[in-house]
Amino acid sequence: MAKAHVYQRDHVNTDEIIPARYLNTDDAADLAKHCMEDLDTEFVKKVQPGDVIVCGDDFGCGSSREHAVWAIQGAKVGAVIAQSFARIFYRNCINCGFYPIELHGALEKINDGDELEIDYQGGTIANTTQGTTIAFTPLPDFAIEIVNDGGLLEHIKRQKEKGKGQNDR
Amino acid sequence: MAMTITEKIFARAAGKPSVQAGDLVNAKIDLVMCHDVTTPPAISMLKAHGIDKVFDRDKIVVTPDHFQPPKDIKSAELHKRLDTWAKEKKITHYYKLGRAGVCHALLPEQGHIRPGEVIVGGDSHTCTYGAFGAFSTGIGSTDLAAAIATGILWFKIPASMKFTLTGSLPTGVYSKDVMLEVIRRIGTDGALYKAMEFVGPALKEMSMEARMTITNMAIEAGGKSGIIAVDDATRAYLDGRLKDKSDYTVFESDPDAEYVHKDTIDCSALEPMVALPHLPSNGQPISLCAGLAMDQCYIGSCTNGRIEDLRVAASILKGKQVAIRTIVVPATPVVWKQMVDEGLAEIFYDAGCVISAPTCGACLGGFMGILAAGEKCISTTNRNFVGRMGSPKSEVYLANPATAAASAVEGKLADCRNYL
Ligand code: SF4
Repeated sequence: MAKAHVYQRDHVNTDEIIPARYLNTDDAADLAKHCMEDLDTEFVKKVQPGDVIVCGDDFGCGSSREHAVWAIQGAKVGAVIAQSFARIFYRNCINCGFYPIELHGALEKINDGDELEIDYQGGTIANTTQGTTIAFTPLPDFAIEIVNDGGLLEHIKRQKEKGKGQNDR
Repeated sequence: MAMTITEKIFARAAGKPSVQAGDLVNAKIDLVMCHDVTTPPAISMLKAHGIDKVFDRDKIVVTPDHFQPPKDIKSAELHKRLDTWAKEKKITHYYKLGRAGVCHALLPEQGHIRPGEVIVGGDSHTCTYGAFGAFSTGIGSTDLAAAIATGILWFKIPASMKFTLTGSLPTGVYSKDVMLEVIRRIGTDGALYKAMEFVGPALKEMSMEARMTITNMAIEAGGKSGIIAVDDATRAYLDGRLKDKSDYTVFESDPDAEYVHKDTIDCSALEPMVALPHLPSNGQPISLCAGLAMDQCYIGSCTNGRIEDLRVAASILKGKQVAIRTIVVPATPVVWKQMVDEGLAEIFYDAGCVISAPTCGACLGGFMGILAAGEKCISTTNRNFVGRMGSPKSEVYLANPATAAASAVEGKLADCRNYL
C-alpha cells in the first residue's frame, strides 16, 4: 500500500526536487538524501518505499537535470502523480523507466495521507482511503515499451538485439 | 501542406516530405552540446550498457561550465570523467579550462550553431540556439547518451505559438524585458510542449546577442524551443564564425502555417521589467517595484553575460560606486578578453565589482556568489526559483543588465532610465 504525499502546489521545479548544490554528484543514493529538500525538508524522513508524490500543474519545470528523477527513484518513491508535467522532466521519467502519471484534478481527488493502489496496465488508481477509483490517461504505447524495458538505453539495446535497428519505430 | 519553420526543420531531419504538429518522428541530430553536470552520467550509462562509440566526434561540442574551474572534489571528479572520455573519443571540439565558457554563449560565438539544423544539449537552456533559425532543445542525461551514441532521437513535433514583436525598444528596455513580458503574459507553463516562434519588425533592430536572450528564456515559459528565422543580421554574425563552412539551409514558416496561439507585443510600450521571486512569470514594471533593498548584484549567465550586456552594465557603472557586492561574470573567455580590451574591466574594478572567470557559477547556486538566508539578489540570469542561487530562504530578482547595474549603484531596485 502506498501513501500519498500531497503538495498543494503548481510549478514544483527541479531546483526544489534536487537543489543544484548537490549536482556535483550523480550517485542516486547521495541524491536521494536531498530529494525534495527545498520544498519539504521532512520529506526524506517520512517517505516509505513505494509512496507517491502528488502535485498540481507543471511538475518538474526548470532544469533538464535527470538528477531530479534519480533523486526520486533513489528515495524509492513509487510514483509521481501530477496534474501536468514539464516536458523535459516527463521525458526524463520515461527514459529512466519511471512512469509519470498525469491526472487532471489530482489535487481534488487525492488527500495527503491517502492510501493508493496503482494499476498501470488498467490506467486506474484505487484510493482505498476514500473508496474511489480514479482513471488516468495511460502513456502512449511506445513510451510504455520504453518504461517496461527499464528505460531508453535498455530499450535501444533490446531493439538492437531484435534486429530492429537503433530506435526504430 | 503549410508548415511552420519548426516543422520544416523536422521534415528535413526525419527525411520526410512533410510533418505536422503531433507527429512522432525519429530525427537525425546535427549537433550535441555536452557540459560537466549532465554529460558524465550519460557517459557512465553508455559504459554500463556496453555502448562504446560516439555517432560523430565532430558533432559533439564539450564545454565544462557549471562548476568551472571545479569547486570541490566531487565536481573535480565529474570534470575528470568528462575529460577522460572526451580525450578517449577524440572529440574534435573540446573546450578546456581557459577556452571553456558558459555553453549557450560559447557555442554560437565559436560558430557551432547552423540554421536549419536539429540541436540538442544536456541543459534546459539549449533552446537559446533557436535564435539562429535552428530547432534546439534541452534533454536529460539518458537522451543525451542515446544522442551521443546514435545521432538519432525521437521527437513529438511541437505545435507552434507565434509572438509578433512590434514597435521599437525604448531607452532602458532590452530584449530581456520583452521576454519577461511574454512569460508574464503566458505563465511558466504557457508554452508547455510548444515551439515559440518570434517574428516582427522589432526583431530587426535586435543584435544576435539580444535575440539569444529571448530564445534562451523559452524554457521559462515551458517551451520546447524558441525560434527566430534567419535574416541579414544572422548571416552577418555567422559569416566568418562558422566552423563548418558548407552551405546551411534557411527555412521560413509558410504564411498560412498553423499556430495554436498568437500574441503581439508592442515593444514601444514596455518598461524595464523585474521578475519578482520565485517565478520568472512574476514580472513587474520597475516603476512598481523600485526601492526594494538588495544585498547582491549578479551580472552574467547564458541569458545576459555576453559582451553587449557587459557594455550596457559598464555604461551605467562608469565613474560610480556599487553599494552592494556586485559580481560580473563574462560568459566566455572571448567575452572576458573583450571586456579587458575595451576597458570595461577597469570600469568594473573602479566601481568596486569583482570579476569572475567564465562559469555558470552562482546562476544555478553552484559557487562564486551563493546567497545566505534572507538575502536578495538582482540578477541578469533566467530563473528565480526557490533556492536557485543559494539558501532556500534567499530571493532572486531577474532583470536586464542595465537595471542590475543601476540597482547595484543604489543598493536597491532602481530604474536604469535615470542613468541612460
Ligand atoms: S548560465 Fe545558468 S542558466 Fe545558463 S547554462 Fe549556466 S547554469 Fe544554466
